[in-house]
Amino acid sequence: MDQSKIRNFCIVAHIDHGKSTLADRIIQMTGTLTDREMQAQVLDNMDLERERGITIKSQAVRIIYKADDGEEYIFNLIDTPGHVDFNYEVSRSLAACDGAILVVDAAQGIEAQTLANVYLALDHDLDVIPVINKIDLPSADPDRVVEEIEDVIGLEAQDAPRISAKTGLNIHDVLEAIVNKLPAPTGDPKAPLQALIFDSLYDSYKGVIVFCRIKEGTLKVGDKVKMMATGAQFDVVEVGYFGAGQFIPCDELPAGMVGYMTASIKNVRDTRVGDTITHSNKPADSPLPGYKKVNPMVYCGLYPADGAKYPDLRDALEKLQLNDAALQFEPETSIALGFGFRCGFLGLLHLEIIQERLEREYNLDLVTTAPSVVYRVHKTDGTMIELTNPSNLPDPSEIDYMEEPIVEAEIMVTSDYIGAIMDLCQERRGIYISMEYIEETRALIKYTLPLNEIIYDFFDALKSRSRGYASFDYELKGYMKSELVKLDILINKEEVDALSFIVFSGTAYDRGRKMCEKLKGEIPRHLFEIPIQAAIGSKVIARETVKAMRKDVLAKCYGGDITRKKKLLEKQKEGKKRMRQIGNVEIPQAAFMSVLKLDED
Amino acid sequence: MTPIEIYIHIPFCVKKCLYCDFLSGVFDERMQRRYTAALLAEIKYAASTHLGCLVKTIYIGGGTPSWLSEDLMDAILTTVKQHFKVDPLAEISVECNPGTLTAEKLNVYRSIGVNRLSIGLQSVNDDELKILGRIHDYNRFLHTFDLVRKAGFDNVNVDIMTGLPYQNVEKLERTLNAVTMLRPEHISAYSLIIEKGTPFYDKYKFDAVKQQAGMETEELPTDEMSYRLYRLTMQYLESKGYKRYEISNYARNGKICRHNVGYWDRVPYLGLGLGAATLFNNVRASNVRDIYKYIETSEAIEQGKSVTTTFSSPYYETEEVLSKKDAMAEFMYLGLRKIDGIARADFYSMFDIDIEAIYGPVIAALRNQGFMEAKEGRLFLTDIGIDVSNQVLSKFLLD
Repeated sequence: MDQSKIRNFCIVAHIDHGKSTLADRIIQMTGTLTDREMQAQVLDNMDLERERGITIKSQAVRIIYKADDGEEYIFNLIDTPGHVDFNYEVSRSLAACDGAILVVDAAQGIEAQTLANVYLALDHDLDVIPVINKIDLPSADPDRVVEEIEDVIGLEAQDAPRISAKTGLNIHDVLEAIVNKLPAPTGDPKAPLQALIFDSLYDSYKGVIVFCRIKEGTLKVGDKVKMMATGAQFDVVEVGYFGAGQFIPCDELPAGMVGYMTASIKNVRDTRVGDTITHSNKPADSPLPGYKKVNPMVYCGLYPADGAKYPDLRDALEKLQLNDAALQFEPETSIALGFGFRCGFLGLLHLEIIQERLEREYNLDLVTTAPSVVYRVHKTDGTMIELTNPSNLPDPSEIDYMEEPIVEAEIMVTSDYIGAIMDLCQERRGIYISMEYIEETRALIKYTLPLNEIIYDFFDALKSRSRGYASFDYELKGYMKSELVKLDILINKEEVDALSFIVFSGTAYDRGRKMCEKLKGEIPRHLFEIPIQAAIGSKVIARETVKAMRKDVLAKCYGGDITRKKKLLEKQKEGKKRMRQIGNVEIPQAAFMSVLKLDED
Repeated sequence: MTPIEIYIHIPFCVKKCLYCDFLSGVFDERMQRRYTAALLAEIKYAASTHLGCLVKTIYIGGGTPSWLSEDLMDAILTTVKQHFKVDPLAEISVECNPGTLTAEKLNVYRSIGVNRLSIGLQSVNDDELKILGRIHDYNRFLHTFDLVRKAGFDNVNVDIMTGLPYQNVEKLERTLNAVTMLRPEHISAYSLIIEKGTPFYDKYKFDAVKQQAGMETEELPTDEMSYRLYRLTMQYLESKGYKRYEISNYARNGKICRHNVGYWDRVPYLGLGLGAATLFNNVRASNVRDIYKYIETSEAIEQGKSVTTTFSSPYYETEEVLSKKDAMAEFMYLGLRKIDGIARADFYSMFDIDIEAIYGPVIAALRNQGFMEAKEGRLFLTDIGIDVSNQVLSKFLLD
């Protein structure tokens, strides 16, 4: 294999700028797939991804392209997620590439995540070529966007391909740019093996399938290999590359290639993403630099709706963790919910996706508690604890002070909505840093914001207050001392630990009131009256009442109604099963997420 | 001989009421005749497959059976009597709507053994009758009631409804007052239910949800009001000598509807006609709901053709064999609709196991909450238990 004919690259873009569509079009144009095989968005192969129109997992595909110079090139295209929550996935994929295509929407121009992703790519020393997409839109203004790219990012963009991934216009220019402007990989196929693990997934027949980029040396079937960090050793059973949506075995992967290997690996922990694979008998001197370790930013409790499914939930989480390094979990118990797990996520979208995957792919019915960030509690005895579960907050008398995580947020918005967005940041306890105009009608605003103000519904609020014209990215900056209190919820006089949450003291009263109102709407009427109270310590700050149900009768029940009556009663009983019994109150699962919805309406 | 009941469905109406989700429609006389012919064939078929039964009650419901011309009604009942063994003391009821009866019709009914009539009135307030889309006004009802009494019927039910749009205490009291003054032997009082697939659903679905959630409503009475109306009905009727014997049924001088009580006691019944439901040998089944399919089935049977079906009758469209657990649950949730509830001894003789062994904890919990009482070997729901009986009865389902 001639290394100079290989191009390893990824496509980065702000969400919705057409990253996956371009990937599909490249695959189709290079003849890897026939039109009939071409399912819309080939690379987004999880149902969930296709439904939501987002990329969650990195995907890789190998394609052959016959260039204008008459030579055949091998493209290894790695698709990456666009959402800020999944930066770590992007970072993993980038490490397997030599170059990146930056897709920018010809109408929207540069957005917050465009910048974030470009910086990430430049951090990995990748060559970046800009591509201007959606030029078929009536509102497209490619000249303006070219200027933006040059002014804001500093990339040469005059001859950037101007394309429409949707219609297929000028895709050829992109393919030629890949050949001519992106570098070929380097690396010596005869050197000691260094292969970087950038992803993995579990297959019940083959065991762990390890996705890797061969940096040095050659990986062959039958090789004895060693994971340099974990020390685990395996015999390679299969190596291969990625067809569209399938694995294609081959004899060997030489330096410069992207592919996979299997080695009857049962335990995923043996093949950590970021680790280096080398040969047992002729090991490399040192491992490749690993990836940035990712720390979860948001925690919540996940509980099986049916307590008996606890082991199933554990198994499912373990399986998901196999190819989602950022997912963390440890067992915990709740008085209200029984046995479950405290899980750590990169953000709220990550949380939602894991929750949905558990429900869909593993058929689990889950109760999710209110998400929380990691607080630092400094105790009077001088020790500090990192608090991920509000109910573990020590007694106030033992607390010296508390700190909460803060982020630096970059918001890009058209000038009409600057006021509205600044108001929003102000409401969320933001501290203004700076504002600069990218062009006459658009500005980049920077704020410091407490993370717990943005994990719930900040993104939605941002979109609605800017009519969709604002984009947003953030980075964890550290911790800040803050006045925080634990808000407890009492239902029918009983404290429900799973509903407790930590809140800034200045907004506690307002949050408590809204929480009670929300819960009043979520808890069905019972045969008795149910008080719902919000309290800080022993002080009740808000109260609502769910009135007692007085009448629930089926008036008619004759011969023909009996089967229907049975269905009605069954539905009633089934509905109860899906609820959580707290004292003698049945609480629907959705109620435990109420805190997320406080700013709706 | 196995005592059974027969239900006969007449799916024809002069006009569909706006709240009605029953299987009925407006059809012309020619269709009524074709349907009746098919029905006669089914009666004969059912008699041939259910030998050794003694018919204790017959109920002809609809639709509006009283809209059928008298010769058709005559043919139906005559055929039943020819092919089934009917108890000479059988209760034979026909559902009627005001404005569809004549003196001649009533004479024919009497002559063929009809001894109980059920008249759909719903309200004495013409504005409410109009909202409901009824074909009659209050005066028309009075005229019909007079005809019925003059024809000598001494076992008559009148249907009324609570929870109507804009209904309040005064309006309901007017209905209750007027109806009890006429002294029918039986009164059925139903709460309006907004059913899917009716014009009322389109009109009131949001109100119905609000009502259920205890919120302010626009046209339907609030949950609070509908509870008051329901309670008022009960107290008013009891004060006028109508004894409540089931959630929605009241009778004077013990003239309960034996046929309906059979449903709650799980007496076997054959449902004949379009969409009619059957309980026999612990099988619950229901007939086809498509009138053309129904007629075709009868024609095939008459011509001696075999009809392919996976069910135990060519007329069935659904069929479910009840497990012992199903039967026990039914025994409870149907039996407890009756005000005097169920007898422990009956449970034992039917299922050969003590009721406490199956439902001990449920019964104890419900008694504890004040929803159920036990007296002299019987278990029954209290007033507040009946108020929320859907919640209470669902506890008797077995996994």
